Amino acid sequence: MGGERGATERLPGAGRPTLSELFAASPRDGGATGFLLAQLGGAAPLLWVQERMAILEGGRVYPPGLGGEIAAGLIHVEASDARAALWAMEEGLRCSALGGVVGEIWGDPRALDFTATRRLAVAAERSGVLAWLVRLGGSANLSGARMRWRVASAPSLANELDARAPGEAVWNAELFRARGAVPGRWPGCRSAGRDPADLQRVVAVSADRTVDQGERRRA
Amino acid sequence: MWWPYLPIERWIKASGGAPDVADERDLCVALVEEAQHGQRIVAVTRAAADGGARPGMRLTDARALFPGLGAVAWDAAGDAALVAKLAHWAGRWSPLVEVDGTDGVRMEVTGVAHLFGGEAGLVEEIERGFGRMGLCCRAAVAGTAGAAWALARFPSPLAGEGGSSRRLRKGERAGRCGAQSSHPARLRRVDPLPQGEREGLSRLPVAALRLSAEANHTLNRLGLKTIGALAGVPRRSLARRFREADNPIDALDRLMGRTAEPLTGLAVEVPPRATLRLAEPVDDPGVAGQALAKLAEPLAEELGVRRLGARRVMLSAWRVDGEVREVVAETSLPTRDAAHLVRLLAEKAGEIDPGYGIDAFALTAIWCEPLAPGQDALIGGPAKELELARLVDRLTVRLGKERVRRPDARASHVPERASGWASAVNSSPRLRGEGDHPQDGGGALRAAHRPLHHSASLSGPPPLRKQGRIRPERLLDRPEAIGVIYATPEGVPRRFTWRRRVHDILRVEGPERIAPEWWREPAGTRLRDYYRVEDGAGRRFWIFREGVIGDGRGGVPGWFVHGLFG
Repeated sequence: MGGERGATERLPGAGRPTLSELFAASPRDGGATGFLLAQLGGAAPLLWVQERMAILEGGRVYPPGLGGEIAAGLIHVEASDARAALWAMEEGLRCSALGGVVGEIWGDPRALDFTATRRLAVAAERSGVLAWLVRLGGSANLSGARMRWRVASAPSLANELDARAPGEAVWNAELFRARGAVPGRWPGCRSAGRDPADLQRVVAVSADRTVDQGERRRA
Repeated sequence: MWWPYLPIERWIKASGGAPDVADERDLCVALVEEAQHGQRIVAVTRAAADGGARPGMRLTDARALFPGLGAVAWDAAGDAALVAKLAHWAGRWSPLVEVDGTDGVRMEVTGVAHLFGGEAGLVEEIERGFGRMGLCCRAAVAGTAGAAWALARFPSPLAGEGGSSRRLRKGERAGRCGAQSSHPARLRRVDPLPQGEREGLSRLPVAALRLSAEANHTLNRLGLKTIGALAGVPRRSLARRFREADNPIDALDRLMGRTAEPLTGLAVEVPPRATLRLAEPVDDPGVAGQALAKLAEPLAEELGVRRLGARRVMLSAWRVDGEVREVVAETSLPTRDAAHLVRLLAEKAGEIDPGYGIDAFALTAIWCEPLAPGQDALIGGPAKELELARLVDRLTVRLGKERVRRPDARASHVPERASGWASAVNSSPRLRGEGDHPQDGGGALRAAHRPLHHSASLSGPPPLRKQGRIRPERLLDRPEAIGVIYATPEGVPRRFTWRRRVHDILRVEGPERIAPEWWREPAGTRLRDYYRVEDGAGRRFWIFREGVIGDGRGGVPGWFVHGLFG
C-alpha cells in the first residue's frame, strides 16, 4: 500500500506555453485535476473554463482546494456548450496578462475538431500563455495539441501521520503523443522541491508498510 | 403633453387589436372603477359619449341615459405603466422628463426645441409621433409648467383659426418648465411670463389652475370664472378667503412664473451621452452597429472632458412603433476607450430588432466613475491589469455576468457556502508580481537553484497543505446520494456505490464533523460527518454522512459524495 518518493524529474514540455491536452481516465477521477494543478505550477491569474456538462459530471472547481495563489487569481467561466467554452478559451489565450488557461470539455463535441485545437495551440504560442484542454469522457481523436497526456489516479503515498489515511496524491501520467519530446509514462507525485512542475517518481514498495510498521512497534 | 383619451384608447388597442371605424363607432363601452357609492365611469368610447355617458358619472346614471352601455373594469396600473413607458419614449426629445399625474408628462425643453425646428416643430413632432401610435396627444410649450399644463388641457378661446393655437408664442423664446435643482441660485430667480402669454392665459377657465374641485366650485360661485377675472381681484382679499394649502394665489403665481415650480424626481446629473438622429426610419438590421460605431467616439470625448470612465454603457434605439430597445454592457474597470466600447456592444447591437424602423439612437454611460487621464507604460504594451479587465468585459458581455466569476470566500463552515462566487466584472482583479509569470526569464535561474532546494527538501517530510483543513479540488454542485456499506453503524465506511459503480474503500480519514449553522438553516438540519476516502484505483473522494442515528432529526442517515480530490 503506497509507494515511496524516488528521483525528481522534469516532465517534457513543463512550463512551455503551448496547448496540452489532458484526458482524464474517468470523469469521476479527480486525479487529472491534481496533475493539472501541479503542472500549472501556480500560474496566475488563471482562466478556468468549464462546460456545463463537465461541471455536472466532474464537479465544479473548488477554490479552497486549489491553494491560495491560484484561487486568488482565478477567473471561472461556466460555458453552456463546447462552442462557448472554446470561444472563451481563445479569448483568454489572446490576453497575455493571463498566466494560464484551462478548458474542460465533456465528450467529443463536434465543435472540438482539429481546426479548433490548432487555433488554440497557435494562440497559446503567440501570446505565451499556458493552455490546457481537459477532456472528460472523450476519446483521443485528431487534435492540434502539442502534448497529449492521459492521467489516472494511483494509490497514494503512505501517510506518515495516520497509516490508514490517504497520503500525498500519486498519478499515472502517460504522455502518448508529443511534439519535440519522447512519449513515456511517469508514475509520480507532486515534487517536494521548489519547482512545482517537476514530478517525483514513485517507487513501489514491496512489503506492506503498515504491517511492517505495526510489527516494529510491537517489537 | 397630455393624452386625454389614454385609458379608452389603450383598452381598444388591447382588446380588439385595431378595429376599423365602423366597428369603433358601434362600440359603447365605459371603463369603470369602484367608487364610494357604486361604480364610477373613468373613460368612455366615442359612441358612448354620443349617447350621453361622461367620465365622472356613476355607471347607473349613465345607464339610465343610455341603456346599451357596456362596462369594463379600469386597469389603472396598466395605464400608469403605459404613461411611464411613454415618458421613457419621450426621452428622445429631452433628457428631463417627468410623469405628471395619470395621463400626462412634463418635459423640460429649454435649449432643446431648436433641434426640432423650434417650439412649433417640436409640438408638431410630438403630436405626430404619438398619433402614429394611435394615441391622441395634446402638447403645449409655455414659460412655466403650470401654463403648459393649462394650455394643453384647455383649448384657448382664440382657437378658431386652427389646431396650432395651443402655442401662444411661436418659437420666440424657449420654454422654462422650472429650474434645475442643481443650481439653487436659479431656483429663486424666476422669470415672469411675458405679456402675450399672460393675455392668452387670462381667457382660460379657473379650472386650468390645477386647483381642487371644491376650490374651483367656490371660485365659480364667486363669479370668478376665468383666470383673468381672478388676476383682477386684489391679492389680500383672495388670501383672506382661501387659507387652505391649494389656494388660487399660489396657483396663479406658479402659472404666471412668479414662483418656481421645478420638475421633481429627475436625474440631476445628466449622464454622458451621445445621440444620433436619422433622417428617416431605417429597418436594416445592421444599422445599430453602424450607429454604435458613430456614437462611441463622441461619447469617449465627452467622458474625457468630464474626466469620467464608463462602467456601464447603454445603447438605446428608438423605434417608430413606440418601443425603446436597449442593450447594456458593463466593464470591470472604468474606461473611455471608444474601440473597447464598440467591441463590447457590437454583438448585442447587432441583435437589436429594428421592427418597423429605428429613427434615433443614443449611447449613454449610465454608470461612470472618475478616471484621470492615464498614461501607457513607457515600455511594453498596456498595463496587465487593464488587459485582464478587458478580457473579463468581453467574456461577460457574451456569456453573462453570472457565468464569469471570481472566487469569493465567505465566513461559513459549510463547504458549499464557504466558497461563494462573485461576478468578475464587479470584483477587483488581483494580480501577482511580474516575476511569477511562467514565460519570464526566471526559469533558468530557478533551474540553477534547484539542486539546493531539492536537497533541502529531501530531509523534511512532504509539504502538507498550508491551511489546516484539507479540501477537494472539485466540488459537486449538489451532493449525490450513494449507497454505503460500513462495518458498524457509527464506524468508517467500507464500500460505496456511486453512479452505479462500486468503489472499495481501502484508506479512509475522518470524520471531520461540520455542524449545521443554526443561525442560517432551518431547524432539523442534520450535521455532516465528512470522510476522505481512497478506493483501490487511488481515486480519492470526499463523502459525508448526513446526521447520526438517534439524533431525532430523521431516520437512517444518508450518505453523499460531495467532492473529488486531485
